[in-house]
Amino acid sequence: MTIEISIRIGASRGLPGHMAGRTSAHYAIAPVVTAPRRSLAKRTVAAVITGALVLGAAGALNAQTLLNVSYDPTREFYREYNTQFANWWQAQGNAAPKLETSHGGSGAQARAVMDGLNAQVVTLALASDIDKIAQMGKLPADWQSRLPHNASPYTSTIVFLVRKGNPKHIQDWDDLTGDGIEVITPNPKTSGGARWNYLAAWAWAEKNGKDPKAFVHDLYAHVPVLDSGARGATTTFAQRGIGDVLLAWENEAYLALEQMGDDAFDIVVPSVSIRAEPPVAMVTANIKDDDQRALAQAYLEHLYAPEAQALAFKHFYRAWDTSAAAPEDVARFPKLDLVGIEDFGGWSKAQPDHFGDGGIFDQIYVPQ
Amino acid sequence: MMAALRPRRSAMPGFGITMGVTLTMLSLVVLLPIGALVIKGTAFGPEAVWEVVNRPRTWAALWLSFRLSALAALFNLVFGVLLAWVLVRYRFVGRRLFDAAVDLPFALPTAVAGIALTTLYAPNGVFGSVLAHLGWRVAYTQWGIFVALVFVGLPFVVRTVQPVLATMDRELEEASATLGASRTRTICKVILPMLMPAALTGVALALARAVGEYGSVIFIAGNIPMRTEIAPLLIVIQLEEFNYDAAAAIGLAMLAISFVLLLAINLLQVWSRRRIENA
Repeated sequence: MTIEISIRIGASRGLPGHMAGRTSAHYAIAPVVTAPRRSLAKRTVAAVITGALVLGAAGALNAQTLLNVSYDPTREFYREYNTQFANWWQAQGNAAPKLETSHGGSGAQARAVMDGLNAQVVTLALASDIDKIAQMGKLPADWQSRLPHNASPYTSTIVFLVRKGNPKHIQDWDDLTGDGIEVITPNPKTSGGARWNYLAAWAWAEKNGKDPKAFVHDLYAHVPVLDSGARGATTTFAQRGIGDVLLAWENEAYLALEQMGDDAFDIVVPSVSIRAEPPVAMVTANIKDDDQRALAQAYLEHLYAPEAQALAFKHFYRAWDTSAAAPEDVARFPKLDLVGIEDFGGWSKAQPDHFGDGGIFDQIYVPQ
Repeated sequence: MMAALRPRRSAMPGFGITMGVTLTMLSLVVLLPIGALVIKGTAFGPEAVWEVVNRPRTWAALWLSFRLSALAALFNLVFGVLLAWVLVRYRFVGRRLFDAAVDLPFALPTAVAGIALTTLYAPNGVFGSVLAHLGWRVAYTQWGIFVALVFVGLPFVVRTVQPVLATMDRELEEASATLGASRTRTICKVILPMLMPAALTGVALALARAVGEYGSVIFIAGNIPMRTEIAPLLIVIQLEEFNYDAAAAIGLAMLAISFVLLLAINLLQVWSRRRIENA
């Protein structure tokens, strides 16, 4: 049983579902009681026993709470993961935890935590967003080495979403700068996810002996609308019918296919792309006691457990451990040449060079 | 006689408490946030502020924001006065419905307005598809921003002009007619000057609202730097980079320009009011 409270600001229910995410904050409170349908008698007995237990051990069984501050497209994944983790945690002999998740743009979420949002766990789109929180001393500077795979339990990559049948014959990055092609991608200045799009284009140009700066310049000249976030760009492409190709996270592209039917769009996988690593970390400064620390630690470590990895595969992320995953979820992902952020010298170099004030991205629009 | 010269308590009771509440509210709601912005900006240093503002991209965004806001406010001046006139002077079926509809832009969350307008004006939308045939793109161009700003600013002029028009003495118009003035002359020389101060208040409000508008514009503007990037978006971009100082600098620039514009409108208002009184 998952209770979801949605606070929708400026997006009515009459609008397409995925648009609500643009300006809304969602909180999913995951299971305090996980109750499959049982007979009334059994439920009454269970309730009485539970009541007695709660009364008997009110002090000891104080439900632990945990707030996970995440970014937009992980909403569906964490809703299921919270249920899965709560079950597992209780099976280890712990009290049912109260898990909350908040979703929004990665940068805005990071700022909220910096400004005092009491998150014990952050699961954001970019390491540089978590680095910013670390710079305030809210978590250790070496946070990314404390969990396997750069603290990224799941990864994704950047692919192309094109109109059904691929009428403009878009196969690879160089097709995007063809005559009359319109590319939809969010503004990398306001969207953390969109920085991966830009870097993937850069990586392709570099591998193919082109001047990467000239190539991204050319690419963004084909962008008619710079939305502020990834979901906004998806809406512009899918609902407004603008553009020939949407640069999207692979998991978002599959989500779009799932939600809008696969008769409208096709996914095209380019020859080169980037391994997008959305990392996770514990915000140590917001941990109030050892019990909460244990819960937060387990919450993050369990993301690497086979069943959680299977869940990530199910939600269209490229996870690491395929042992428990459904074969069709794994087979969905074609192999492709992936570069990593380390090829750009890490975020601490890539961020200021490319996306900083007056950086390479800004120079596309304002010649220096 | 002497008693009259001393400052004395107003005949109206409650001055102390109402003034106290007013000052507290004003400080908490208006003065403190703006003061914080000014302090943040001055701590950053005037040269640094100027360096941020004096960039081609910032100027482009400021020029775009203020130019389109002013145009939208002027558009609303003309059509707001016309709308108020229709609502006050004529009786027709559905008048109350129209009257209530004028306030909708106030009530609607701006993001909803933005999304709705974008849906209508996008090239595959109801209006957008027709306009696209004429080769006129509205959504994702400066036209789209203009449409959104007209929408959010519409109620101001109507609502400020309406009560003045309703209480306006009809005898003045009749006198003008009996003295031989043509209808156009009556409108230009009698009615409009009397509506002017109220209409200017409406324009000032609509302009102020449009300059700060973010929610609705962001959906319909293409947000392309140097072309369709509004100044509030530039502030948000700076915030995304955790660059609070630069964000405050652009905020200060907007505050200063708005202040000058509103002051100018106020002076115009004083002048137009004097003209009525002297007439």
